[in-house]
Amino acid sequence: MPDGVVIVGAGQAGFQVAASLRTEGFDGPVVLIGDEPGLPYQRPPLSKGYLAGKQAIESIALRPTAFYEKQRIELLPGDRVIEIDRGSNWVTLASGRRVQYGTLVLAVGARNRTLSLKGAELDGVRYLRTDAEAVEIKERLAQARDVVVIGGGFIGLELAAAASEHGKSVHVLEALPRLMARVVSPILSDFYRELHTSHGVRISFGVELGEIAGRQGKVSAVVFRDGTAYPADLVLIGVGVVPNLELAREAGLAVANGIAVDEQLRTEDAKIYAIGDCADHPNPYAGARVRIESVQNAVDQAKCIAATIAGRVHSYRSVPWFWTDQFDISLQMVGLSAGYDRIVTRGEPESHKFSVFYFKQERLVAIDSINRPGDHVVGRKLIANGTTVTPEQAADLSVDLKALAAAP
Amino acid sequence: MSLFGKKQKETAAVTYISHTGDTQQVLVPVGDSVMEGAISNGINGIVAECGGACQCATCHVYVDESFLARLNPIQENEDEMLNTTFCPRRANSRLGCQIPVTKELDGLIVRTPEAQQ
Repeated sequence: MPDGVVIVGAGQAGFQVAASLRTEGFDGPVVLIGDEPGLPYQRPPLSKGYLAGKQAIESIALRPTAFYEKQRIELLPGDRVIEIDRGSNWVTLASGRRVQYGTLVLAVGARNRTLSLKGAELDGVRYLRTDAEAVEIKERLAQARDVVVIGGGFIGLELAAAASEHGKSVHVLEALPRLMARVVSPILSDFYRELHTSHGVRISFGVELGEIAGRQGKVSAVVFRDGTAYPADLVLIGVGVVPNLELAREAGLAVANGIAVDEQLRTEDAKIYAIGDCADHPNPYAGARVRIESVQNAVDQAKCIAATIAGRVHSYRSVPWFWTDQFDISLQMVGLSAGYDRIVTRGEPESHKFSVFYFKQERLVAIDSINRPGDHVVGRKLIANGTTVTPEQAADLSVDLKALAAAP
Repeated sequence: MSLFGKKQKETAAVTYISHTGDTQQVLVPVGDSVMEGAISNGINGIVAECGGACQCATCHVYVDESFLARLNPIQENEDEMLNTTFCPRRANSRLGCQIPVTKELDGLIVRTPEAQQ
Protein backbone atom coordinates (compact mmCIF):
# COMPACT_ATOMS: atom_id res chain seq x y z
CA MET A 1 0.00 0.00 0.00
CA PRO A 2 2.65 2.53 -0.94
CA ASP A 3 0.12 5.32 -1.55
CA GLY A 4 -2.05 4.63 1.49
CA VAL A 5 -2.57 6.83 4.51
CA VAL A 6 -2.24 5.15 7.89
CA ILE A 7 -3.65 7.13 10.82
CA VAL A 8 -2.46 6.25 14.30
CA GLY A 9 -5.12 7.23 16.81
CA ALA A 10 -8.88 7.24 16.23
CA GLY A 11 -9.88 10.21 18.37
CA GLN A 12 -11.37 13.41 17.02
CA ALA A 13 -8.23 14.29 15.01
CA GLY A 14 -7.62 10.83 13.56
CA PHE A 15 -11.25 10.39 12.60
CA GLN A 16 -11.34 13.81 10.94
CA VAL A 17 -8.28 13.11 8.79
CA ALA A 18 -9.93 9.95 7.47
CA ALA A 19 -13.22 11.72 6.77
CA SER A 20 -11.61 14.80 5.22
CA LEU A 21 -9.29 12.79 2.97
CA ARG A 22 -12.42 11.53 1.23
CA THR A 23 -14.09 14.93 0.96
CA GLU A 24 -10.79 16.25 -0.44
CA GLY A 25 -10.99 13.57 -3.13
CA PHE A 26 -8.17 11.33 -1.91
CA ASP A 27 -8.90 7.92 -3.41
CA GLY A 28 -6.16 5.70 -1.95
CA PRO A 29 -6.41 3.33 0.99
CA VAL A 30 -7.09 4.87 4.41
CA VAL A 31 -6.47 2.88 7.59
CA LEU A 32 -7.56 4.25 10.97
CA ILE A 33 -6.05 2.54 14.01
CA GLY A 34 -7.40 3.20 17.52
CA ASP A 35 -6.47 1.56 20.79
CA GLU A 36 -9.98 1.81 22.24
CA PRO A 37 -12.70 -0.67 21.27
CA GLY A 38 -15.66 0.37 19.16
CA LEU A 39 -16.40 3.33 16.94
CA PRO A 40 -14.53 6.64 17.20
CA TYR A 41 -16.44 9.02 19.46
CA GLN A 42 -16.47 12.57 20.79
CA ARG A 43 -14.87 13.24 24.14
CA PRO A 44 -16.38 16.65 25.08
CA PRO A 45 -19.83 15.25 26.00
CA LEU A 46 -18.25 12.81 28.47
CA SER A 47 -17.67 15.51 31.07
CA LYS A 48 -20.52 17.72 29.84
CA GLY A 49 -23.83 16.48 28.40
CA TYR A 50 -23.40 12.80 29.25
CA LEU A 51 -22.62 13.21 32.94
CA ALA A 52 -25.28 15.90 33.24
CA GLY A 53 -27.81 13.39 31.89
CA LYS A 54 -28.60 15.44 28.79
CA GLN A 55 -26.94 13.14 26.28
CA ALA A 56 -27.00 9.35 25.89
CA ILE A 57 -23.70 7.48 25.59
CA GLU A 58 -25.01 5.90 22.36
CA SER A 59 -25.20 9.33 20.75
CA ILE A 60 -21.53 10.24 21.04
CA ALA A 61 -20.20 8.12 18.14
CA LEU A 62 -18.78 10.44 15.50
CA ARG A 63 -20.30 8.34 12.70
CA PRO A 64 -22.08 4.96 12.44
CA THR A 65 -20.35 1.80 11.16
CA ALA A 66 -21.86 2.22 7.69
CA PHE A 67 -19.97 5.49 7.23
CA TYR A 68 -16.58 3.75 7.38
CA GLU A 69 -17.69 1.08 4.92
CA LYS A 70 -19.13 3.60 2.50
CA GLN A 71 -16.08 5.86 2.68
CA ARG A 72 -13.69 2.89 2.42
CA ILE A 73 -12.01 3.72 5.69
CA GLU A 74 -10.52 0.61 7.21
CA LEU A 75 -11.11 0.98 10.94
CA LEU A 76 -8.91 -1.12 13.22
CA PRO A 77 -10.24 -0.56 16.75
CA GLY A 78 -8.76 -2.14 19.85
CA ASP A 79 -5.26 -2.25 18.37
CA ARG A 80 -2.19 -0.12 18.85
CA VAL A 81 0.87 0.76 16.82
CA ILE A 82 3.93 -0.32 18.76
CA GLU A 83 6.63 0.44 16.23
CA ILE A 84 7.28 2.61 13.20
CA ASP A 85 9.86 1.41 10.70
CA ARG A 86 10.70 4.63 8.88
CA GLY A 87 13.23 2.94 6.62
CA SER A 88 10.72 0.69 4.91
CA ASN A 89 7.49 2.57 5.83
CA TRP A 90 5.77 -0.10 7.88
CA VAL A 91 4.02 0.09 11.22
CA THR A 92 3.70 -2.89 13.54
CA LEU A 93 0.60 -3.29 15.67
CA ALA A 94 0.23 -4.87 19.11
CA SER A 95 -1.81 -7.63 17.47
CA GLY A 96 1.21 -8.54 15.37
CA ARG A 97 -0.31 -7.14 12.21
CA ARG A 98 1.91 -4.98 9.99
CA VAL A 99 0.65 -2.20 7.73
CA GLN A 100 2.61 -0.34 5.07
CA TYR A 101 2.12 3.39 4.67
CA GLY A 102 2.70 6.01 2.04
CA THR A 103 1.82 8.72 4.54
CA LEU A 104 1.65 8.25 8.28
CA VAL A 105 -0.43 10.48 10.56
CA LEU A 106 0.31 10.52 14.28
CA ALA A 107 -2.91 11.56 16.01
CA VAL A 108 -1.92 9.76 19.18
CA GLY A 109 -3.39 12.27 21.61
CA ALA A 110 -2.65 12.51 25.27
CA ARG A 111 -3.29 10.58 28.44
CA ASN A 112 -4.26 11.75 31.89
CA ARG A 113 -1.57 13.04 34.14
CA THR A 114 -1.71 10.83 37.20
CA LEU A 115 -1.04 11.76 40.81
CA SER A 116 1.73 9.89 42.52
CA LEU A 117 -0.05 10.10 45.82
CA LYS A 118 -0.36 7.47 48.50
CA GLY A 119 -3.77 5.89 48.13
CA ALA A 120 -4.27 6.92 44.49
CA GLU A 121 -4.85 3.25 43.61
CA LEU A 122 -7.79 2.89 46.01
CA ASP A 123 -11.20 1.86 44.74
CA GLY A 124 -13.26 5.01 44.22
CA VAL A 125 -10.41 7.15 42.83
CA ARG A 126 -11.16 7.82 39.18
CA TYR A 127 -9.82 9.69 36.17
CA LEU A 128 -11.85 10.59 33.07
CA ARG A 129 -10.63 10.11 29.53
CA THR A 130 -12.65 7.41 27.80
CA ASP A 131 -16.33 6.61 27.30
CA ALA A 132 -15.96 3.52 29.50
CA GLU A 133 -14.53 5.66 32.29
CA ALA A 134 -17.39 8.16 31.93
CA VAL A 135 -19.97 5.37 32.23
CA GLU A 136 -18.26 4.11 35.35
CA ILE A 137 -18.03 7.58 36.91
CA LYS A 138 -21.72 8.13 36.26
CA GLU A 139 -22.61 4.83 37.95
CA ARG A 140 -20.43 5.67 40.92
CA LEU A 141 -21.86 9.18 41.14
CA ALA A 142 -25.30 7.69 41.64
CA GLN A 143 -24.01 5.81 44.73
CA ALA A 144 -21.66 8.44 46.10
CA ARG A 145 -22.32 10.91 48.86
CA ASP A 146 -19.14 12.94 49.33
CA VAL A 147 -17.33 13.72 46.11
CA VAL A 148 -13.89 15.31 46.15
CA VAL A 149 -12.58 16.69 42.86
CA ILE A 150 -8.84 17.18 42.61
CA GLY A 151 -8.05 19.91 40.07
CA GLY A 152 -9.87 23.18 39.39
CA GLY A 153 -9.35 23.25 35.63
CA PHE A 154 -11.92 22.68 32.86
CA ILE A 155 -12.37 18.93 33.43
CA GLY A 156 -12.31 19.13 37.22
CA LEU A 157 -14.91 21.89 37.23
CA GLU A 158 -17.15 20.19 34.68
CA LEU A 159 -17.01 17.05 36.86
CA ALA A 160 -17.75 19.13 39.96
CA ALA A 161 -20.75 20.77 38.29
CA ALA A 162 -22.10 17.39 37.17
CA ALA A 163 -21.65 15.89 40.64
CA SER A 164 -23.35 18.90 42.20
CA GLU A 165 -26.25 18.60 39.77
CA HIS A 166 -26.59 14.98 40.93
CA GLY A 167 -27.19 16.39 44.40
CA LYS A 168 -23.84 15.34 45.87
CA SER A 169 -21.74 17.18 48.38
CA VAL A 170 -18.80 18.38 46.26
CA HIS A 171 -15.41 19.73 47.32
CA VAL A 172 -12.92 20.97 44.71
CA LEU A 173 -9.24 21.02 45.64
CA GLU A 174 -6.96 23.32 43.65
CA ALA A 175 -3.22 23.75 44.15
CA LEU A 176 -3.14 27.28 42.70
CA PRO A 177 -4.83 30.34 44.23
CA ARG A 178 -7.62 30.48 41.65
CA LEU A 179 -9.70 28.37 39.21
CA MET A 180 -8.64 27.63 35.61
CA ALA A 181 -5.57 29.75 36.36
CA ARG A 182 -3.61 28.44 33.39
CA VAL A 183 -6.11 29.70 30.81
CA VAL A 184 -8.39 32.47 32.03
CA SER A 185 -8.02 35.86 33.71
CA PRO A 186 -8.73 36.35 37.43
CA ILE A 187 -12.08 37.99 36.57
CA LEU A 188 -13.29 34.70 35.14
CA SER A 189 -11.70 32.65 37.90
CA ASP A 190 -13.69 34.73 40.40
CA PHE A 191 -16.86 34.41 38.35
CA TYR A 192 -16.53 30.63 38.32
CA ARG A 193 -15.73 30.48 42.04
CA GLU A 194 -19.00 32.36 42.67
CA LEU A 195 -20.89 30.14 40.24
CA HIS A 196 -19.74 26.94 41.93
CA THR A 197 -20.09 28.14 45.51
CA SER A 198 -23.59 29.46 44.75
CA HIS A 199 -24.49 25.87 43.85
CA GLY A 200 -23.08 24.63 47.14
CA VAL A 201 -19.73 23.43 45.81
CA ARG A 202 -16.94 23.95 48.30
CA ILE A 203 -13.55 25.04 46.92
CA SER A 204 -10.13 24.98 48.61
CA PHE A 205 -7.20 26.85 47.05
CA GLY A 206 -3.47 26.46 47.56
CA VAL A 207 -4.04 22.85 48.52
CA GLU A 208 -1.04 20.65 49.26
CA LEU A 209 -2.20 17.06 49.18
CA GLY A 210 -0.90 14.55 51.66
CA GLU A 211 -2.58 11.28 50.80
CA ILE A 212 -5.81 9.56 49.91
CA ALA A 213 -6.98 7.50 52.83
CA GLY A 214 -8.97 4.30 52.56
CA ARG A 215 -10.72 1.55 54.43
CA GLN A 216 -10.67 -2.02 53.15
CA GLY A 217 -9.35 -0.91 49.80
CA LYS A 218 -12.02 1.76 49.33
CA VAL A 219 -11.39 5.48 49.44
CA SER A 220 -12.63 7.18 52.63
CA ALA A 221 -10.98 10.60 52.75
CA VAL A 222 -8.57 13.03 51.13
CA VAL A 223 -5.93 14.22 53.54
CA PHE A 224 -3.99 17.48 53.17
CA ARG A 225 -0.32 17.68 54.04
CA ASP A 226 -1.21 19.53 57.25
CA GLY A 227 -3.32 16.58 58.32
CA THR A 228 -6.77 18.03 57.64
CA ALA A 229 -8.97 15.23 56.32
CA TYR A 230 -12.10 15.56 54.20
CA PRO A 231 -14.40 12.55 53.86
CA ALA A 232 -14.84 11.18 50.36
CA ASP A 233 -16.38 8.09 48.86
CA LEU A 234 -15.57 9.20 45.32
CA VAL A 235 -12.45 11.09 44.28
CA LEU A 236 -12.34 12.44 40.73
CA ILE A 237 -8.99 13.61 39.46
CA GLY A 238 -8.57 16.11 36.61
CA VAL A 239 -5.04 17.47 36.73
CA GLY A 240 -4.25 17.77 33.04
CA VAL A 241 -2.81 15.47 30.42
CA VAL A 242 0.56 14.44 29.06
CA PRO A 243 0.98 13.92 25.31
CA ASN A 244 1.74 10.43 24.04
CA LEU A 245 5.25 10.88 22.67
CA GLU A 246 6.84 7.46 23.12
CA LEU A 247 6.04 6.10 19.66
CA ALA A 248 7.48 9.17 17.90
CA ARG A 249 10.50 9.29 20.17
CA GLU A 250 11.30 5.63 19.58
CA ALA A 251 11.01 6.24 15.85
CA GLY A 252 13.71 8.89 16.19
CA LEU A 253 11.43 11.86 15.50
CA ALA A 254 12.05 15.15 17.30
CA VAL A 255 9.87 15.63 20.35
CA ALA A 256 9.74 18.53 22.77
CA ASN A 257 6.55 19.64 24.47
CA GLY A 258 4.90 17.45 21.84
CA ILE A 259 5.81 15.83 18.54
CA ALA A 260 7.62 18.59 16.67
CA VAL A 261 6.04 19.62 13.36
CA ASP A 262 6.39 22.50 10.91
CA GLU A 263 3.78 24.96 9.55
CA GLN A 264 2.26 22.17 7.47
CA LEU A 265 2.13 19.93 10.56
CA ARG A 266 4.78 17.65 9.10
CA THR A 267 7.49 16.09 11.22
CA GLU A 268 11.10 16.11 10.07
CA ASP A 269 10.18 12.94 8.15
CA ALA A 270 8.27 14.21 5.10
CA LYS A 271 6.03 11.14 5.14
CA ILE A 272 4.91 11.62 8.74
CA TYR A 273 2.51 14.24 10.13
CA ALA A 274 1.46 14.83 13.73
CA ILE A 275 -1.79 16.58 14.67
CA GLY A 276 -4.11 17.26 17.58
CA ASP A 277 -3.28 17.10 21.28
CA CYS A 278 0.17 15.57 20.63
CA ALA A 279 1.46 18.09 18.06
CA ASP A 280 3.93 20.81 19.03
CA HIS A 281 3.32 23.23 16.17
CA PRO A 282 4.16 26.81 15.24
CA ASN A 283 0.93 28.70 15.84
CA PRO A 284 0.51 32.19 14.35
CA TYR A 285 -1.90 33.20 17.14
CA ALA A 286 0.60 32.23 19.81
CA GLY A 287 3.58 33.66 17.95
CA ALA A 288 5.36 30.57 19.24
CA ARG A 289 5.33 26.80 19.17
CA VAL A 290 2.44 25.39 21.17
CA ARG A 291 0.52 22.23 21.83
CA ILE A 292 -3.24 22.76 22.04
CA GLU A 293 -5.74 20.34 23.56
CA SER A 294 -9.08 21.08 21.93
CA VAL A 295 -11.67 19.85 19.48
CA GLN A 296 -11.12 22.86 17.21
CA ASN A 297 -7.39 22.20 17.03
CA ALA A 298 -7.90 18.50 16.35
CA VAL A 299 -10.48 19.09 13.62
CA ASP A 300 -8.79 21.99 11.85
CA GLN A 301 -5.33 20.40 11.90
CA ALA A 302 -6.87 17.22 10.48
CA LYS A 303 -8.52 19.15 7.66
CA CYS A 304 -5.30 21.03 6.97
CA ILE A 305 -3.22 17.90 6.40
CA ALA A 306 -6.01 16.09 4.55
CA ALA A 307 -5.90 18.90 1.98
CA THR A 308 -2.10 18.72 1.80
CA ILE A 309 -2.07 14.94 1.39
CA ALA A 310 -4.71 15.24 -1.35
CA GLY A 311 -2.38 17.60 -3.19
CA ARG A 312 -3.38 21.08 -2.06
CA VAL A 313 -0.61 22.10 0.30
CA HIS A 314 -1.84 24.04 3.30
CA SER A 315 -0.17 25.76 6.23
CA TYR A 316 -2.03 25.61 9.52
CA ARG A 317 -3.47 28.95 10.61
CA SER A 318 -6.93 28.39 12.09
CA VAL A 319 -8.07 30.56 14.97
CA PRO A 320 -8.13 28.58 18.22
CA TRP A 321 -11.45 28.40 20.04
CA PHE A 322 -12.67 26.47 23.05
CA TRP A 323 -15.69 26.08 25.25
CA THR A 324 -16.63 24.72 28.64
CA ASP A 325 -20.12 24.07 30.03
CA GLN A 326 -20.58 24.24 33.78
CA PHE A 327 -24.04 24.34 35.34
CA ASP A 328 -26.12 26.44 32.95
CA ILE A 329 -23.23 28.68 31.87
CA SER A 330 -21.26 28.24 28.67
CA LEU A 331 -17.87 29.94 28.47
CA GLN A 332 -16.78 30.54 24.89
CA MET A 333 -13.14 31.35 24.27
CA VAL A 334 -11.35 32.47 21.13
CA GLY A 335 -7.67 33.16 20.63
CA LEU A 336 -4.73 32.44 22.93
CA SER A 337 -4.42 34.76 25.90
CA ALA A 338 -1.04 33.56 27.19
CA GLY A 339 1.29 36.47 27.86
CA TYR A 340 -1.44 39.14 27.84
CA ASP A 341 -0.52 42.45 29.40
CA ARG A 342 -3.91 44.15 29.54
CA ILE A 343 -7.53 43.09 29.88
CA VAL A 344 -10.80 44.98 29.61
CA THR A 345 -14.33 43.75 30.17
CA ARG A 346 -17.29 44.36 27.92
CA GLY A 347 -20.48 44.19 29.97
CA GLU A 348 -20.68 43.71 33.73
CA PRO A 349 -19.70 40.40 35.35
CA GLU A 350 -22.55 40.94 37.85
CA SER A 351 -25.00 40.75 34.95
CA HIS A 352 -23.68 37.29 34.01
CA LYS A 353 -23.36 38.67 30.51
CA PHE A 354 -19.85 39.87 29.75
CA SER A 355 -16.68 39.26 27.79
CA VAL A 356 -13.05 39.67 28.73
CA PHE A 357 -10.79 41.03 25.99
CA TYR A 358 -7.09 40.19 26.28
CA PHE A 359 -4.43 42.44 24.76
CA LYS A 360 -0.76 41.78 24.22
CA GLN A 361 1.37 44.73 23.18
CA GLU A 362 -1.82 46.57 22.22
CA ARG A 363 -2.97 43.76 19.97
CA LEU A 364 -6.22 41.89 20.66
CA VAL A 365 -5.20 38.25 21.23
CA ALA A 366 -8.18 36.57 22.89
CA ILE A 367 -11.78 37.00 24.04
CA ASP A 368 -13.58 34.96 26.70
CA SER A 369 -17.36 35.34 26.67
CA ILE A 370 -20.07 34.51 29.17
CA ASN A 371 -23.57 34.72 27.68
CA ARG A 372 -22.34 37.10 24.97
CA PRO A 373 -22.15 34.75 21.98
CA GLY A 374 -22.10 37.72 19.63
CA ASP A 375 -18.75 38.83 21.04
CA HIS A 376 -17.39 35.32 20.58
CA VAL A 377 -18.58 34.98 17.02
CA VAL A 378 -17.32 38.38 15.93
CA GLY A 379 -14.15 37.71 17.91
CA ARG A 380 -13.30 34.77 15.69
CA LYS A 381 -13.26 37.19 12.75
CA LEU A 382 -11.46 40.02 14.56
CA ILE A 383 -8.67 37.74 15.73
CA ALA A 384 -8.35 35.78 12.48
CA ASN A 385 -8.06 38.99 10.48
CA GLY A 386 -5.88 40.80 13.00
CA THR A 387 -8.37 43.66 13.01
CA THR A 388 -7.26 46.63 15.10
CA VAL A 389 -9.46 46.95 18.17
CA THR A 390 -8.45 49.25 21.01
CA PRO A 391 -9.15 48.38 24.64
CA GLU A 392 -11.38 51.46 24.77
CA GLN A 393 -13.46 50.22 21.83
CA ALA A 394 -13.69 46.73 23.34
CA ALA A 395 -14.97 48.06 26.65
CA ASP A 396 -17.50 50.43 25.07
CA LEU A 397 -20.84 48.67 24.56
CA SER A 398 -21.88 51.37 22.09
CA VAL A 399 -19.07 50.37 19.70
CA ASP A 400 -20.37 47.93 17.10
CA LEU A 401 -17.74 45.19 16.91
CA LYS A 402 -19.44 43.65 13.87
CA ALA A 403 -18.93 46.89 11.99
CA LEU A 404 -15.26 46.87 12.98
CA ALA A 405 -14.92 43.29 11.73
CA ALA A 406 -16.64 44.13 8.45
CA ALA A 407 -14.56 47.25 7.75
CA PRO A 408 -12.03 46.77 4.95
CA MET B 1 -38.01 -9.72 19.20
CA SER B 2 -39.83 -10.19 22.47
CA LEU B 3 -43.37 -8.99 22.89
CA PHE B 4 -42.47 -8.28 26.47
CA GLY B 5 -39.37 -6.33 25.63
CA LYS B 6 -38.81 -2.66 26.15
CA LYS B 7 -41.31 -0.35 24.62
CA GLN B 8 -40.13 0.87 21.25
CA LYS B 9 -38.82 4.40 21.46
CA GLU B 10 -41.15 6.96 19.89
CA THR B 11 -39.91 8.27 16.60
CA ALA B 12 -40.78 10.94 14.05
CA ALA B 13 -40.06 10.90 10.33
CA VAL B 14 -37.56 13.47 9.10
CA THR B 15 -36.75 14.01 5.43
CA TYR B 16 -33.34 15.37 4.47
CA ILE B 17 -32.97 16.79 0.98
CA SER B 18 -29.47 17.54 -0.33
CA HIS B 19 -28.66 20.56 -2.49
CA THR B 20 -28.69 18.24 -5.51
CA GLY B 21 -32.13 16.90 -4.61
CA ASP B 22 -31.15 13.55 -3.07
CA THR B 23 -33.95 12.73 -0.65
CA GLN B 24 -33.75 10.43 2.37
CA GLN B 25 -36.47 9.92 4.93
CA VAL B 26 -35.47 8.41 8.27
CA LEU B 27 -37.11 7.77 11.62
CA VAL B 28 -35.50 9.82 14.38
CA PRO B 29 -36.13 9.03 18.05
CA VAL B 30 -38.14 11.78 19.73
CA GLY B 31 -35.72 13.88 21.78
CA ASP B 32 -32.79 13.43 19.42
CA SER B 33 -31.84 16.45 17.35
CA VAL B 34 -32.21 16.91 13.61
CA MET B 35 -28.39 16.84 13.49
CA GLU B 36 -28.20 13.53 15.40
CA GLY B 37 -30.82 12.04 13.10
CA ALA B 38 -28.62 12.86 10.12
CA ILE B 39 -25.34 11.67 11.64
CA SER B 40 -26.67 8.35 12.93
CA ASN B 41 -28.24 7.61 9.56
CA GLY B 42 -25.16 8.50 7.55
CA ILE B 43 -26.74 11.42 5.79
CA ASN B 44 -24.19 13.59 4.02
CA GLY B 45 -24.53 17.33 4.07
CA ILE B 46 -24.36 17.70 7.85
CA VAL B 47 -20.94 17.77 9.48
CA ALA B 48 -21.51 18.53 13.18
CA GLU B 49 -17.92 19.27 14.05
CA CYS B 50 -18.56 20.23 17.67
CA GLY B 51 -20.95 17.35 18.28
CA GLY B 52 -24.04 19.38 19.00
CA ALA B 53 -22.70 22.03 21.37
CA CYS B 54 -23.83 24.92 19.17
CA GLN B 55 -20.24 26.06 18.68
CA CYS B 56 -19.42 25.40 15.03
CA ALA B 57 -22.38 26.03 12.66
CA THR B 58 -21.62 22.96 10.50
CA CYS B 59 -25.08 21.40 10.88
CA HIS B 60 -26.81 24.26 9.05
CA VAL B 61 -30.18 23.32 7.51
CA TYR B 62 -32.94 25.14 5.67
CA VAL B 63 -36.23 24.13 7.28
CA ASP B 64 -39.26 23.67 5.04
CA GLU B 65 -41.45 26.75 5.58
CA SER B 66 -44.51 24.72 6.52
CA PHE B 67 -42.75 23.53 9.69
CA LEU B 68 -41.23 26.80 10.86
CA ALA B 69 -44.10 27.70 13.18
CA ARG B 70 -43.79 24.36 14.98
CA LEU B 71 -40.08 24.70 15.79
CA ASN B 72 -38.62 25.67 19.13
CA PRO B 73 -37.53 29.31 19.05
CA ILE B 74 -33.97 30.33 18.16
CA GLN B 75 -31.84 31.14 21.21
CA GLU B 76 -29.22 33.88 21.19
CA ASN B 77 -26.21 31.60 20.76
CA GLU B 78 -27.75 29.78 17.80
CA ASP B 79 -28.76 33.13 16.30
CA GLU B 80 -25.14 34.33 16.49
CA MET B 81 -23.67 31.07 15.19
CA LEU B 82 -26.08 31.22 12.24
CA ASN B 83 -24.21 34.36 11.17
CA THR B 84 -21.13 32.17 10.62
CA THR B 85 -22.58 29.52 8.32
CA PHE B 86 -20.62 28.68 5.18
CA CYS B 87 -23.66 28.97 2.89
CA PRO B 88 -25.88 32.05 3.19
CA ARG B 89 -28.26 32.32 6.10
CA ARG B 90 -31.90 32.58 5.07
CA ALA B 91 -35.10 33.22 6.99
CA ASN B 92 -35.57 29.45 7.38
CA SER B 93 -31.98 28.72 8.47
CA ARG B 94 -31.45 26.73 11.65
CA LEU B 95 -28.71 24.65 13.22
CA GLY B 96 -29.77 21.01 13.20
CA CYS B 97 -28.28 20.40 16.65
CA GLN B 98 -30.68 22.95 18.15
CA ILE B 99 -33.89 21.36 16.85
CA PRO B 100 -35.07 18.51 19.06
CA VAL B 101 -37.32 16.15 17.14
CA THR B 102 -40.82 15.99 18.60
CA LYS B 103 -43.96 14.08 17.74
CA GLU B 104 -45.42 17.35 16.40
CA LEU B 105 -42.54 17.56 13.91
CA ASP B 106 -43.35 14.16 12.36
CA GLY B 107 -42.87 14.58 8.62
CA LEU B 108 -40.32 17.40 9.03
CA ILE B 109 -38.45 18.35 5.86
CA VAL B 110 -35.05 20.01 5.94
CA ARG B 111 -32.71 20.90 3.09
CA THR B 112 -28.96 20.78 3.55
CA PRO B 113 -26.76 23.50 2.04
CA GLU B 114 -24.19 22.91 -0.68
CA ALA B 115 -21.39 22.96 1.88
CA GLN B 116 -20.94 23.36 5.63
CA GLN B 117 -17.36 24.61 5.71
